[in-house]
Amino acid sequence: MATAAVEAQRVSKVFGEGPDQVVALDAVDVQIRQNEFFTLLGPSGCGKTTLLRLIAGFDHPTGGSILLNGEEMSGLPPFKRPVNTVFQNYALFPHMTVAGNIAFGLEMLGKGKAEVAETVDRMLKLVRMEALKDRQTSQISGGQQQRVALARALAPHPQVLLLDEPLSALDLKLRKEMQIELKRLQHETGITFIFVTHDQEEALTMSDRIAVMNHGKILQIGSPREVYDHPAERFVANFIGETNLIEADVLAIADGSARLRLGSGVETEADLPDGMEGRNRVTVAVRPEHASLADTDPTLSGQLETVVYFGTDTHYHVRLDGGDLFTVRTQNTRDGGEAHAPGSPIGIRIAEKSVQVLRD
Amino acid sequence: MAIGEATSDSQAEGTGVEPAASGAGEGAGEAAHRQAVRRKWLLLAPALAILVFAASGPLLIVLVYSFLSPGPYGGVEWAFSTEGWFRVFFTRDIFDDTVGPADAHLSIFWRSVQLSVLTTLLAFLFGFPTAYFIATRERNREVWLFLITIPFWTNLLIRTFAIMEVIRNEGIINTALIALGLIEQPIQILFTDFSILLGMTYVYLPLMVLPLYASMDKIDFRLVEAAYDLYATRWQALRRVIFPLVKPGVIAGSILVFIPSLGAYVTPRVLGGGKNLMVGNLIELQFGQGRNWPLGAALSITLLVIVMVALILYVRNASRSGAEHG
Repeated sequence: MATAAVEAQRVSKVFGEGPDQVVALDAVDVQIRQNEFFTLLGPSGCGKTTLLRLIAGFDHPTGGSILLNGEEMSGLPPFKRPVNTVFQNYALFPHMTVAGNIAFGLEMLGKGKAEVAETVDRMLKLVRMEALKDRQTSQISGGQQQRVALARALAPHPQVLLLDEPLSALDLKLRKEMQIELKRLQHETGITFIFVTHDQEEALTMSDRIAVMNHGKILQIGSPREVYDHPAERFVANFIGETNLIEADVLAIADGSARLRLGSGVETEADLPDGMEGRNRVTVAVRPEHASLADTDPTLSGQLETVVYFGTDTHYHVRLDGGDLFTVRTQNTRDGGEAHAPGSPIGIRIAEKSVQVLRD
Repeated sequence: MAIGEATSDSQAEGTGVEPAASGAGEGAGEAAHRQAVRRKWLLLAPALAILVFAASGPLLIVLVYSFLSPGPYGGVEWAFSTEGWFRVFFTRDIFDDTVGPADAHLSIFWRSVQLSVLTTLLAFLFGFPTAYFIATRERNREVWLFLITIPFWTNLLIRTFAIMEVIRNEGIINTALIALGLIEQPIQILFTDFSILLGMTYVYLPLMVLPLYASMDKIDFRLVEAAYDLYATRWQALRRVIFPLVKPGVIAGSILVFIPSLGAYVTPRVLGGGKNLMVGNLIELQFGQGRNWPLGAALSITLLVIVMVALILYVRNASRSGAEHG
């Protein structure tokens, strides 16, 4: 296998001392592949931005090491790392024009005037900002600033591009556009992107792989489909998408899957996360769209509490016989489907291969 | 100018909203405008009053005096004369009335400009790191700023005499150096240009630090991180990012230090020992022992013109080089 673009080996970062000490990163291991769109996903304070800043060189790890293309980066200041950053607030230089901002990195690298001018033009074209070349950065909109920040970071053609929640300041429509735009840029430039976000939808739509983080640890790394369909832990299941958590008894375990008995007494097959030890009782996750309402032969049964209509689909909140709340999501059709009155007893059928056992 | 315009605009907007909201007709807009104008002048009135009565008035008197004849015991006689202005630039020999350039005045003016420029430079060299230090503290900035202002609590004269006590031949520095055996004879520091420079830099340093801090405080230091990220070394980040952004502070600080330095009186008087004169002392001399008020007045106006010309050149130059960077 080729050398990882970025590799973190047991990287730790502790801020402060004594009782005020905060562990921002706790022995994190991760390998980010060449030309990959890699996303660090987690709630604020989970350590994702800290990890990004360690890769950029703004902060230095308290333990472990960071390798770029196999080369140890410890102790190197940011200006000696072939890495560029798109900052959350863009951090465009207010005293320079759009072109001046994009040229900055190239000038600092000592490129010739002609090469700088040529690259700046190419970058402006890449982010479709040719017309605003000579504007001051204060005279352009947030979305345009975003593009300039991207062009500025891409201009020196870094080996790795770091993006620190770059879309969070944009409104929804612009954000969707930029998601597609980012994906296109990553494809066209062939640069490894490391993208930090707390927005699970953003992570799912753009990434090749996602690392879900919480409390300074990486909980799971996988493709969007893997982390969505096979969350290994309760936090991952809850953070990405909606999920139903129910308790189950383990009857038998065999290569990556388990035979379980749910609270209703119905037996079912479920996927096991890697390295899961045998246990008698486990929590399982079921996505709302992988379940349906069923009158005959239900997997679970309970009482319908509320029905929420969302246009494209409808959510049924069902109080299970065991007392837990379970959500079923069904796609809406024009004929309106069957009407279910709140308060009536109802059965739920879980689709085949839709039960995921969680590690905790 | 731009700031004044901006505030008056926003004021007009602010007052314009109220009558419009109360549903008055077209005349309301005009009335609101009149009201805004009146309010603007009312707000300006105190400053204008001070300018007219305390600055322009006395200045006019000085200008008039410079064209009168000196009285025998000081003061002026009300007879038109250009002798005061003539004597600013030329001397007339008391024996044979030959006219020559007033070398003494020119050299004092030149010395004053040199010393003031040097003071401004030194204040910048010491003030910039100080302001940067304070602006980059995560906490207790107020405490540091407070420390900067402490020298203002003591009278200027007392502070100047304190410096004298430190640097005079029998002062702390020389006594210590002799006691350590590093020198045998005390070094003459007091009554030199260096001592004036030292005194003025000390006195005016806070006037450089405070405006520098004010502009640095507004800098988003993530911009500096962005510069590092884009391969700028520390020096390049300072020169290409920090310095252009604190330029308004540098300009303000330099003006605040340069102008009072040029007209300094107490510091050169005490630390220069009467030998090393600056313009301020020369002017005082004419109003005092010299008993030549018209000459003193003419010298004052000359100083004023020099300051104005220097300011215009400086600000124009500074903003132009700013535009180049931008």
